[in-house]
Amino acid sequence: MPIQSMKGMLRVLLLIAAFGLGVWGHASGVIEEFLFYLPDVQFLAVEHLWLTAISGALAIVVAIPLGILLSRPSMARWAESGMQVLNIGTTIPTLAVLALSMSLLGIGVVPAVFGLFVATLLPITRNTYTGLKGVSPALKEAAAGIGMSPAQRLMRVELPNALYVIFAGIRTALAINIGTVPLAFLIGAGGLGELIFTGIDLYDPVMMLAGAIPTAILAILVDALIALIAFIIVPRGVNPARRQA
Amino acid sequence: MIRLENLTKVFDTPKGAVVAADHINMEVPSGEICILLGPSGCGKTTTLKMINRIIRPTSGKVFIDGQDTTSLDTQTLRRNIGYVIQQIGLFPNMTIEENITIVPKLLGWDAKKYKERARELMHMIALEPDAFLKRYPSELSGGQQQRIGVARALAADPPVMLMDEPFGAIDPINRAVIQDEFIKMQKELKKTIMFVSHDIDEAIKMGDRVAIFRDGHLVQYATPDELLAAPKDSFVESFLGEDRALKRLNLIKVHEIISTEVDTVSPQDSMQSALDKLDRNGYQHAIILVNEQRQPMGIIPRSVAKVSKGQCLDYAQHVPTVNVNDDLRKAVSLMLAHDITWLPCVDDDNRLCGHITQRTMTHHLGARYRVHQTSTEPATPSTEE
Repeated sequence: MPIQSMKGMLRVLLLIAAFGLGVWGHASGVIEEFLFYLPDVQFLAVEHLWLTAISGALAIVVAIPLGILLSRPSMARWAESGMQVLNIGTTIPTLAVLALSMSLLGIGVVPAVFGLFVATLLPITRNTYTGLKGVSPALKEAAAGIGMSPAQRLMRVELPNALYVIFAGIRTALAINIGTVPLAFLIGAGGLGELIFTGIDLYDPVMMLAGAIPTAILAILVDALIALIAFIIVPRGVNPARRQA
Repeated sequence: MIRLENLTKVFDTPKGAVVAADHINMEVPSGEICILLGPSGCGKTTTLKMINRIIRPTSGKVFIDGQDTTSLDTQTLRRNIGYVIQQIGLFPNMTIEENITIVPKLLGWDAKKYKERARELMHMIALEPDAFLKRYPSELSGGQQQRIGVARALAADPPVMLMDEPFGAIDPINRAVIQDEFIKMQKELKKTIMFVSHDIDEAIKMGDRVAIFRDGHLVQYATPDELLAAPKDSFVESFLGEDRALKRLNLIKVHEIISTEVDTVSPQDSMQSALDKLDRNGYQHAIILVNEQRQPMGIIPRSVAKVSKGQCLDYAQHVPTVNVNDDLRKAVSLMLAHDITWLPCVDDDNRLCGHITQRTMTHHLGARYRVHQTSTEPATPSTEE
């Protein structure tokens, strides 16, 4: 197969490139410079993850029930306007959100967590809402028709069938969250942004990259982690990743 | 038994109130299938869904086995009514077993009992339990899914079932198979069933009674035969179609009009004796040749018997036969295909038990119309059962 051999070629090229990069890194001393920042990176990455974990967890805990609430038939009159408010919220740049939350709550971790929480809230709510709205009316009618209570319908039919979409929202939200945490440094909350912004200010690309690269790696790792959790939790029958032929 | 009393639904729409069902009064006796039939928007589905309150009635009452359901809470009511919908509505997040056992679980059965029940139901719908119970709905064909849908509705053995065009989304060949399976199951289960359909042939095939709806009104409620023989007005007439007399052929079994007096010849008989028997019985065309087990081997036509000598066996001509449990539609089809006006009838062991002719058929069908012309009394449904 041509595509198969292309893949093999690509892999070899990647290996060569990585090797070349290593040789260049060693020769020019960049690697040693990076290693100089390693303790900082370790400390700040933990701080970074804490900011994400707290704001992300808060967002999930608030956004999913909010999405569920908006999707209830009794809320139909308010749901669209509610979603519009959230959509407008999404268009506000996260930096502006952080600035606003700083003007309300001052400087430090609390306004940063609050700003991140707001930025993360929206995609999860939106996906929970659309996921639940997307559950086929036939399923809901069948669930009602066989005598499930509204709560049973939600827990046993609607949520399991919307779960894949909800997880997609969580993935998007946490990717945004991790990418936004560096900005939190600007309102005094720490995180890998400290290296990035200081690096920019000092015209020190190595210092800047020492913050930027771990941020990117963290984003990828968290994304993979959520994907793994989704793979395990979403029932096999409605999980595109696990569907058998 | 399901009884509807002045059941009415008025929908408020931006264009004003729309009466979807207007004072529907009807009763389905226990163990019978009642088909709600009519064009789309006639109120048949609304009427069905008011019984389990998927649609809330504006006024009127529903009685199940004599009990007014108004006093029951919605969940209890629904758990005691099997519900099958056209879109099947199996839960894709659950295995087949979880889908089937969901109502028993809601009713609090213990695990051993509902698992056993799931296997029992799978046997009933002719799907191998070990092969299917652990699979997911998306892995099954449409026909298999709808069988599971029926099994789910039957799981807690409810006395009453509501079916909303249950076989509408299945291809015609599979539909006929599932319909036949369902009729067979119903003969044993004897559920009281309300069944929405827009297909007149399905209604005649499945229904003990048919209710025809138009613009929210119940126009006519009768047995299929009564309906086909005596449509109440021009709407019912046009809905049933120009060929409604032909459709009655589906309703009558061969054994209902068979004449069992039939003379035969055996293989060793001479052609002369065959001719004698033809004359004695006044048979115009031919006489049937049977072996020792009274299984038809062929016929000896009069024209051949007149001019030939020897044993009957040597002159037998092929003849199609019809089973006594087949309907007249098949009998007529065989007659048309073979250009003959009568057919030998056989039982399940292929033994001759009589014959039917086109004349007895038209006479039988015509009797129904003659009764209606002479009296307004509801005729005895002679073709039922």
